[in-house]
Amino acid sequence: MFINAKNLIFQRQIKSIIAPTFGITMLLVIWHLLSLHPDTSLPSPFHVITNTWGLIIDPFFNKGGNNKGFFWLILASLERVIFGYSLAAFVGISIGFIISLNRFIREAIDPIIQLLRPVAPLAWLPLAQAIFLKPDPSAIFVIFITAIWPIILNTALGVQLIPRDYSNVSKILGLTVFENFFKILLPATLPYIFTGLRIALGLSWLAVVAAEMLLAYDGIGFFIIDAYNNSNISELILAIIYLGGVGLFLDKIMAYLSFKLTPQE
Amino acid sequence: MSSYVEIRGIEKEFKLSDGSKNLVLKNIDLNIRPGEFVSLIGHSGCGKSTLLNIVAGLDKPTQGYVQVDGQLVRKPGSDRMMVFQNYSLLPWLTTWENVALAVNKVMRHKSKKERHQLIAHNLEMVGLKDAIRKKPTQLSGGMKQRVALARALAIKPKLLLLDEPFGALDALTRSNLQAELMYICNTNNITAMMVTHDVDEALLLSNRVVMLKNGPGATIDQVLEVSFPHPRYPTEIMDSTKYHGLRHELMQFLHKQQQVKYIESQIVKILPDAV
Repeated sequence: MFINAKNLIFQRQIKSIIAPTFGITMLLVIWHLLSLHPDTSLPSPFHVITNTWGLIIDPFFNKGGNNKGFFWLILASLERVIFGYSLAAFVGISIGFIISLNRFIREAIDPIIQLLRPVAPLAWLPLAQAIFLKPDPSAIFVIFITAIWPIILNTALGVQLIPRDYSNVSKILGLTVFENFFKILLPATLPYIFTGLRIALGLSWLAVVAAEMLLAYDGIGFFIIDAYNNSNISELILAIIYLGGVGLFLDKIMAYLSFKLTPQE
Repeated sequence: MSSYVEIRGIEKEFKLSDGSKNLVLKNIDLNIRPGEFVSLIGHSGCGKSTLLNIVAGLDKPTQGYVQVDGQLVRKPGSDRMMVFQNYSLLPWLTTWENVALAVNKVMRHKSKKERHQLIAHNLEMVGLKDAIRKKPTQLSGGMKQRVALARALAIKPKLLLLDEPFGALDALTRSNLQAELMYICNTNNITAMMVTHDVDEALLLSNRVVMLKNGPGATIDQVLEVSFPHPRYPTEIMDSTKYHGLRHELMQFLHKQQQVKYIESQIVKILPDAV
């Protein structure tokens, strides 16, 4: 019998799909069974697809106002995320470094971090609205304030965990502050920074939807509120599936970037 | 002839967070001649690494001073390069880049070609010519320590400091590296100071072995002259009576320190205020 290596790889790929496929199928089965219960308004998976077929087929339609395809809704949400998240990354990484390297600043800022971190993201929204008056800056601010904490904390942790010997080598070789930062501090902290960035991205995606639901302005969060007001549960479910999908996609991108840019491994 | 390395009256006291003081080193006097290899031997926690750090400039003594080639040691410098027990190679850089980091900084006044040759030569000297593109995670412990050694030697320090450099390696790799280090130090007339636990390692590599007592206030107990001629072959010298005698003295010293430590711990139990 001639054993084909290609066949083996193919077999292994098939095998790796079996378990997830089983899991998802089970979920659909349970869903379908639950929807058959007489007292529930939960549509079955098939109903969802038939009810929202128009939305699934054409994500690009634009009939003006808030009547847009999913592509445009998701894009609007992503734009806010990119703004708030980038700002949080820039400020958060900077603060993370500064508090690790300067004791006075650390002791000054730490109580503020401890105090503000437990505040639920949405609790910031009314305050943001009062300050910015417009919905977009308010949403972006909510994303910013949600994303910044894991970035600060993971960056600071990364600096803290740099082995003492690295700084000893740096001192002995007489590296300047500049050289020490770019050649030792930054590369050593990068994996931790990416952990913080990855967590923050997930949180940003959660925050934007919540903010949009409250602001009822644009984006996928608004779509959810609108669907709820119209008792269109099928659309609600579709939105949830899209939310999960985009979130997963964002995380995968982050994981890929993290793998490519941290040269340790 | 003035000594190359002069360690005079070193005392080191640590202040603990609860206000109490810990006197680690007291009255350390030692001279090292150029080209000499000196080992520091003693129990764990007796302060040998502290002394090494003070000579390196990574730590400041509470009293006393260190001079290297006539210059007072105030802060760390590339003239006193250290090889650490944990290699401390930067994991995101290749073997070549790790050595280059040091050479390009310390030898920046040399031409690019000279620096390139320096890196290549030292990596070849430690036998890593074929591993220059590998990252530390792809290297064995012995190879990593060789990179650390190449890095230290490439910048041509006045004093080579080694802090239990082979402690994390298995016995076979250790004996290989000991032989290599000995050869390199001899052919290049390197002045070195090494902290070690290994009595045989000390006797193989050193011209003199310094025995450091236990703390608090560790002082130098004795300095042993190890006068075997170079090159030293472990199988040859280890059979000699002279070797046995020296080894016996060192082991006795270490055992005595162990006993003193034990007795002191007993005294602390009976009379907590006595020590």
